[in-house]
Amino acid sequence: MRRMQLWHLFLVPVCLIWVYPFVWMASTAFKSQREIFLGGVSVIPKQWTFDNFSRAWDTAHFGAYLSNTVVFSVTTVVVVVLVSATAGYALGRGNLPGKKIIVGLLIATMFIPQGYTIIPILKLVDAVHLQNGLLGAVLATAGPAHVVPILLFMGYFAGMPQELEDAALIDGAGYPRTFFRIMLPLTKPVISTVSLFTFMSAWNSFFIPLVFTLGRPDLRTLGVGMFSFFGQDSTDWGGLAAAAVISLLPIVAIFVLLQRTFVEGIAGSVKS
Amino acid sequence: MWHYIFLTPMALLFVAFTVWPMLASWWYSLFNWDGIGPASDWVGLANYTEVLQSPKFWHSFGNSFLFSLVAICVQMPLALLAAILLNSARLRGRNLYRLLLFLPVVTSTPVIGIIFAILLDPSGGLLNQILSWSGLSSAPVTFLSESYALPTLMVIDIWKTFGVTLVYWLAALQTVPGDLYEAASIDGANGRQRLRHVTLPVIAPIAVVILVLTFQGSMNPFDLVQAMTQGGPNHATDVVATYIYHYAFSPDLNAPRFGFVCAAGVVFGMVTLVITVLQGPLLRRYYLRGSR
Repeated sequence: MRRMQLWHLFLVPVCLIWVYPFVWMASTAFKSQREIFLGGVSVIPKQWTFDNFSRAWDTAHFGAYLSNTVVFSVTTVVVVVLVSATAGYALGRGNLPGKKIIVGLLIATMFIPQGYTIIPILKLVDAVHLQNGLLGAVLATAGPAHVVPILLFMGYFAGMPQELEDAALIDGAGYPRTFFRIMLPLTKPVISTVSLFTFMSAWNSFFIPLVFTLGRPDLRTLGVGMFSFFGQDSTDWGGLAAAAVISLLPIVAIFVLLQRTFVEGIAGSVKS
Repeated sequence: MWHYIFLTPMALLFVAFTVWPMLASWWYSLFNWDGIGPASDWVGLANYTEVLQSPKFWHSFGNSFLFSLVAICVQMPLALLAAILLNSARLRGRNLYRLLLFLPVVTSTPVIGIIFAILLDPSGGLLNQILSWSGLSSAPVTFLSESYALPTLMVIDIWKTFGVTLVYWLAALQTVPGDLYEAASIDGANGRQRLRHVTLPVIAPIAVVILVLTFQGSMNPFDLVQAMTQGGPNHATDVVATYIYHYAFSPDLNAPRFGFVCAAGVVFGMVTLVITVLQGPLLRRYYLRGSR
């Protein structure tokens, strides 16, 4: 028992160093330019200032980037949830001919490396005149099959009792009404898992938003904005730290609140 | 009938954004094409010859695999050790430790990359300040120079994705039935013997799954490399994704080379596919052994 607790002597310093970049970022965001350049390892600023935040928010446009990122992430979540829920319902209930083939095809694509097909995707979005826009980036992110969400919805729908659908039919509800009013609301656990993971990866995605906003600096997301801010002014450490806090705070807050769902979701991918 | 209507959105997107781009990559790779107007300048396999003969491509290719090699050989064992420690019910505060070790995973890679670029700055970056105060190094260390940049990025990559591998291992450890440990203890096995003869054999089949997941997840760290070095200095940290990005979107290029980029993507995709498929029999063998 006592020997086990000795590990704290090792774990506490390791974890402190581990999260130090975040601590440094948060403290630098509140330090004055002068204090940053004088150096020093003190975590608590001598004089608190919000200059860095106002510079990042207005001059470096991180206010706009934040709302772009919210729009991009939320739209992606809505598209992914709707598309995979409807597909999961069609595949999970009833006997669709060719169901096994469709599911097999979807699973096979999990093993085919993607991400090197950006040129055709760009051309496709170009063809429907959505290039240089957030909607184009949403399509390019939500478009490629999200196999795991589809399988999750499929499994959940397949396990629901037939009486639910029968009762809805007797009450005169059609197929779409049964789905949206009765079946879909019952899949809340799946909806929340899928939403959380899609939201996290959309919020943190970089490659697609970067490519799709090359010609539209005003539509940059936080990650892309951070990249171009550093490219333009790599010496404004206070501003960069404040911009980083703006970018990371929402997602870290969501993670801390919902960590259980998150960690269980990742662990589930190993178990299944 | 409604079944088909409900399946349509997924099917349309699947064909448009998964199937078609793969086929189109092959087709475009046979053209010399700057992306303006339709591809019309047919060059046959010339792009492939150029890719296969380009030392820069093979260099970035090697770097991509080096990233996954490090993830498999360094990160996986370290994460297993951490998981064994943090799985122990007798360790107080283990949930907090897990939370802290997992934290980097949920953060945005380009943002983190830039924070690290500042921390590692040769003039005034925190790490160099500490090095010079402690007397460990008199001259500032240029962490992102041609010779050090690649190992630096790899260490940051391990830090950033460590939490995922840790959670994989923790999930694997929780599949070990508690009564096996009890039985081993009654037979007089000590901690090390229990680990060697109970824990490791039980989690071996899951370890192969973790290996495949780690391999797929670590192969091409575009976000980190692009944010911190953009493949530089002098291509030292180029991975296939940044190599492709350069030829397709770099502003200092006279004209983008979409055909060439597609050829490079196809070559890399094929090699990764072959490696993934080769892991198949290995997976199956371990699964069978585990279920026995």
